[in-house]
Amino acid sequence: MSYLQLKKVSKGFGEGSLRTEVLKNINLSVDEGEFLAVVGFSGSGKTTLINLMAGLIQPDEGEILFKGKPVKGPGPERGVIFQNYSLLPWLTVHGNVALAVDQVFPHWSRKAREDHIARHIEMVHLTPALYKRPAELSGGMRQRVAVARTLAMNPDMLLMDEPLGALDALTRGTLQSEIENIWSRDRKTAVLITNDVDESILLADRILPLNPGPGATLGPDFEVKLERPRDRTALNRNEVFQKIRNQVLHYLVDAGSRKSVREEIEKMTLPEIQPVEW
Amino acid sequence: MATSIETQRVGTELPVEVENDKKTKPDSVRKLPSKMVTKARIIRMLSLAGLTWGIPLVRLVSGENPRRQFQELGILVAVPMGAILLFLMGWSVLAKKVDTSLGQLPGPVKVWEQAVSMVEEHGVERGKERAFYQRQNERNARLLAENPETEVRIRGYTGKPTYLDQIATSLKTVFMGFLIASLAAIPIGLLCGMNRFMMNALNPLIQILKPVSPLAWLPIVTLIVSAVYVTNDGMFAKSFIISAITVSLCSLWPSLINTALGVASVDKDFLNVARVLRLPWYTRVFKIIIPASLPLIFAGLRISLGVGWMVLIAAEMLAQNPGLGKFVWDEFQNGSSHSLARIMLAVLTIGIIGFGLDRIMVIFQKMVSFQPEPAGA
Repeated sequence: MSYLQLKKVSKGFGEGSLRTEVLKNINLSVDEGEFLAVVGFSGSGKTTLINLMAGLIQPDEGEILFKGKPVKGPGPERGVIFQNYSLLPWLTVHGNVALAVDQVFPHWSRKAREDHIARHIEMVHLTPALYKRPAELSGGMRQRVAVARTLAMNPDMLLMDEPLGALDALTRGTLQSEIENIWSRDRKTAVLITNDVDESILLADRILPLNPGPGATLGPDFEVKLERPRDRTALNRNEVFQKIRNQVLHYLVDAGSRKSVREEIEKMTLPEIQPVEW
Repeated sequence: MATSIETQRVGTELPVEVENDKKTKPDSVRKLPSKMVTKARIIRMLSLAGLTWGIPLVRLVSGENPRRQFQELGILVAVPMGAILLFLMGWSVLAKKVDTSLGQLPGPVKVWEQAVSMVEEHGVERGKERAFYQRQNERNARLLAENPETEVRIRGYTGKPTYLDQIATSLKTVFMGFLIASLAAIPIGLLCGMNRFMMNALNPLIQILKPVSPLAWLPIVTLIVSAVYVTNDGMFAKSFIISAITVSLCSLWPSLINTALGVASVDKDFLNVARVLRLPWYTRVFKIIIPASLPLIFAGLRISLGVGWMVLIAAEMLAQNPGLGKFVWDEFQNGSSHSLARIMLAVLTIGIIGFGLDRIMVIFQKMVSFQPEPAGA
């Protein structure tokens, strides 16, 4: 049985003529312990997809099952790492992690909780910045706090919404390796949403391309059968890596051009023009 | 640990040349010479207090780029001083040309003389008070010595309040009114911001009551207070309560509206974090919603206190609360040769105190603000 399953899920926003279908008929299943990457262009509905998995929004049609039970709302068992970090700016690094730990493990002793917090902050190498506020941290450090906060909740599953999207290329590389490293320790089920094909190959066991929206659907699976731990520099010359990279890129570029032809046709319809109200 | 936080917080406020190397600094705690930390700390405090003109002085003392600091001092100190001087000169020249029923309009010198005499009067009045209590104590002691059964009476001093006493009364009244207003406005604002039902229920009432002048509230408040607060030896004078309530009725709106706005516009990401963590209602309100809206709440409180101080003078005039408002009114009715100068002194006092109150609120506002301060603020 799959760990997380999406059955014929559709989601759109708006009403009437302003309505846009973002996702259409999405079928997806993630196995326990699997690292799945969903790759797509920006604006293709990636964030909507992860919000559905997290339970932050509800599907219009279809159902989402987590461990066989329908997802009714968000919860700490599915930890989300948000694209924009979503750290609370009035709390320190410690405070941000502590908020999650105190809420998820209220029955632990104070000492146990403090140890747990300290261990997770250490895991992302932020112990020296323990009592800094997010405004005093760089983008990479902020995202590491967000990673620590989510992992400290001991979620059954990790949902990552373009976690490294806002970072510069160098920081990105470092954090990709760190995430790979941390994930390999306990191999939690994980879904990563990204627009970076290299990142998805480096991290994931399986890659699913998301066709461009509106009405986005999923493309075919691409299995990534590369040994772990994966080394960024060595991968560049790895033939398997190059092959998958080309396949995924080709698929996405083709999907993108199919979309632009469709857009051309859609452009022919007359715009709805309203007179200016005086 | 507390000291290391301090050092770190200060680190972001360092002078320009140090700030540039921030990008290259390692994540670990940076050690700075203690002199620089002290300097940075003083500069941070000055900028927090809005005393920006003090910053070049501090830098000058530490020997940092004297030429630039003198330029800064010129802009921040010499220009405002020059403008004030120009204003005083214009005032004294123009005042001589106006003759009123109370004599020539007083210039800055006459107003200053009144200020000095008011402070002296305060000293004299306090002297009289001390003398009165001393006499009373001596008399009582003597009576008790003659006959231990005597019931001695202790009377309070009933001299007239001095100008400084009146300032103190005004401050007490405005704080009382501000306190009542805040205690009402913040909870109601929170409810409105969190609940669409409450927002729609209260919005029309708020919009209608908001623009009402204090002078219109005052008669109603007076009648209600007189009807409800009937004791004569209560903790507060009636006039005090009437003025304070009028102040709160006029000053609660900015706080209320800003609180509601702050709560309603809490970043959706923060609320998503709360949802993922399944925070209970209490934690969500006190750990997420209130901290996130504090900057806007304090912006509202700042406006409220300003409005309250403005309204207070009118309220005191009519309610005869022995504060600055009553002082102005009494001097106006009095019509002595000093009256105009005294009223002008009151105007300046009101302005300076209002400015001070505003600065204090700015400090609070900056303290709760979690956004990085804009450069040069």
